[in-house]
Amino acid sequence: MKNIKERIWLTYTAMTCLLLFVAFFQSWNVALSILNLCIISAIMSLGINIQWGNSGIVNFGAMGFTALGGLCAVIISMPLTKGAWEIGGFKIILAIIIFLIFIFLANRTWKFYKNSPKKKICFGLLIFLIGFLILRIIADPVIHAIESYEPAKTGYLGGMNLPVIISWPIAGCLAALIALLIGKIALGLRSDYLAIATLGISEIIIYFIKNEDWLSRGVKNVNGLPRPVPYEIELQNSAWLINLSEKFDFSLVVMSSITVKLSYSILFLLVLIIIFIFLETISKSPWGRMMRAIRDNEVSAGAMGKDVKKRHLQVFIIGSAIVGIAGAMMTTLDGQFTPASYQPIRYTFLIWIMVIVGGSGNNYGAVLGGFIVWFLWVESEPLGLWLIELLTSYLEDSSELKNRLLDSAAHMRLIMMGLILLITLRFAPKGIIEEQKRI
Amino acid sequence: MDYINAIILFSNYILIPGLSYGCQLALGALGVTLIYTVMRFSNFAHGELMSFGAMISILIMWCLKDIGVSIKPLPTIIISLPISIIITVIFCLLIDKLCFSYYRKNNSQSVILLIVSIGVMFFTNGLIRLIIGPNDRNINDGERFLVKAKTIKKVFELNEGLSIKMSQGITIVITLLLVTFIFWFLNKTKTGKSMRAYSDNKDLSLLSGINPERVILITWIITGMLACVAGTLYGLDKSYKPFTYLNLVLPIFASAIVGGVGNPIGAIIGGFVIAYSEIIVTFAYRKFLSYLLPDNFLSDGLMQILSTDYKIAVSFLILVIVLIIKPTGIYKGKLI
Repeated sequence: MKNIKERIWLTYTAMTCLLLFVAFFQSWNVALSILNLCIISAIMSLGINIQWGNSGIVNFGAMGFTALGGLCAVIISMPLTKGAWEIGGFKIILAIIIFLIFIFLANRTWKFYKNSPKKKICFGLLIFLIGFLILRIIADPVIHAIESYEPAKTGYLGGMNLPVIISWPIAGCLAALIALLIGKIALGLRSDYLAIATLGISEIIIYFIKNEDWLSRGVKNVNGLPRPVPYEIELQNSAWLINLSEKFDFSLVVMSSITVKLSYSILFLLVLIIIFIFLETISKSPWGRMMRAIRDNEVSAGAMGKDVKKRHLQVFIIGSAIVGIAGAMMTTLDGQFTPASYQPIRYTFLIWIMVIVGGSGNNYGAVLGGFIVWFLWVESEPLGLWLIELLTSYLEDSSELKNRLLDSAAHMRLIMMGLILLITLRFAPKGIIEEQKRI
Repeated sequence: MDYINAIILFSNYILIPGLSYGCQLALGALGVTLIYTVMRFSNFAHGELMSFGAMISILIMWCLKDIGVSIKPLPTIIISLPISIIITVIFCLLIDKLCFSYYRKNNSQSVILLIVSIGVMFFTNGLIRLIIGPNDRNINDGERFLVKAKTIKKVFELNEGLSIKMSQGITIVITLLLVTFIFWFLNKTKTGKSMRAYSDNKDLSLLSGINPERVILITWIITGMLACVAGTLYGLDKSYKPFTYLNLVLPIFASAIVGGVGNPIGAIIGGFVIAYSEIIVTFAYRKFLSYLLPDNFLSDGLMQILSTDYKIAVSFLILVIVLIIKPTGIYKGKLI
């Protein structure tokens, strides 16, 4: 126990030193922007950790929930497109409600014909298809009209024009809702199948967001999301910042952007701490013990009267909601929503590397993993460049091999991530910070 | 003549593209299924192995071109296949030795092997980008068409001309040869039989003196071969781009699962099911129906079930539906 505490202190201090090192030798701006994404990554990896580390659920759908969070940020914070809404906002909502009713009916039918698989599939699918057809008939012309309403500027319904921070908890709720649906249908599957199914579902979510322009502008992206923190230009005119920049001997532009990033960091840290405390509390509680019991031996936990399926669903929802919150935070930080940028390698597998490297099954490890892996992901490019320069220093500057290698230094990060994951799994399968033994 | 026009249109846009895409998926799915049956894990790195094979083929093709080898009208890349297969197989064996064998010996859970394969995926992806760069490359240097639309149009005086791309023809022929060989190997030779025995019942096969290391070695050899050929053919048909292979992993898994994991015939059927459903669901039937129906029957739309943007999503949808309704697939495969 003591050993682990020491290790936590040591690694966290080392991580802080690394960030400070970047701050002093590269710039404060770079260090803070790394820190911001580190915090978001840490939240995501906490979300995956409670699923994988605490309960053994293999969820490869982090990308989908991240994107849903981003979508939520757009819908909450962007101004409403009045013209588009007047064209057919209500019609779309009506169509969706009708579709949902049909899905509900299909679900009922499915349950009604429980004992005859043929009837179940025939009638269930039939009702679903009718619902889909009605959806298309009502919504298609409206969608077309909305998408051609000033397509260069808007072409989508817009949002609710509320402060963007509100979107964070709402993103969590939306992700939880979707996770409930996904969990209901997919959690019966076992490890590998669940991994593939969640990966597939997350891709479907991305395709939906990419192509339903009326909702999210699709690949045209949504830019200029309102911020929860002041803009640099405003800050540059305020007296206290001018004083501060003179005091620290930074230029006004640098100082203002540092201030903006720092205020983001504080907001994010607050969220991280709240989520962390929440997760620590539930994993210390009897509920957490039960989850670990289920993880370690599903059958015997079931025999003790624990409802394994329901618990799995709970933990799936909690983890996904956390990832959704992180997704909304990320879109808020970027100030734009770019559906095309959601790639499984970056938003699903990288998060998994964070969890495994940090140490699955404990929250301190997950946070550390998020920080370390994101730090390396960003810094691997300069690091790779430096490494290649060192290795090829005996070659002449005009050498083709050297230039080619220098060009490809940017791809070092994938190799590095792969190696880190493989080495961790081989030599420290429990991660940097082991799971604490709890009684 | 309208019916013939419709048939030709159907073959141009659905039948033949589906056949060649299905072949590529089937080869990929066969590899995934073999790995699963013998080693009990889902290999997420398979897409990257395909990409690696294709890359080696391209590198060898460039060498061949430099010394002036050409087999027009066929694309040069075909003659580089044998050597690139060997190199891909060596790469697979190295990966197995360095990454997977340790966990096999320790009897790790299959999820751990799956995560290891993700590590391999990252590494290989980075390696490929390091060697060949992330750019798009057209590698078909032979004749573009096997059957040209224009000639058919002229000769038979039709509205639509039948066209078959050279890459499609090559894909179908090579797949047929390779699949025949593999089925012959699995069903007729002693080594193939021992492989099947090992996948059916590990303990019993060990008892009867089958060498597990040899079975695994041969599985990797076949997988490497399949991955290399599938990757090269896919690159030849579309164009070679390291990114695309990552997105191919899911359709490949979909094919393997739809057909029934662990069943080689299932993998092939699954490949075609996925390929055809992707194309059929997103095809715009307007022109096709205009040949068959009287004019006033047609409405204004494109007569599409789903927009083309959802093409790949269709395969994921099928995957999810199959996983929920019948996880064992069409041919009763194993439950992972």
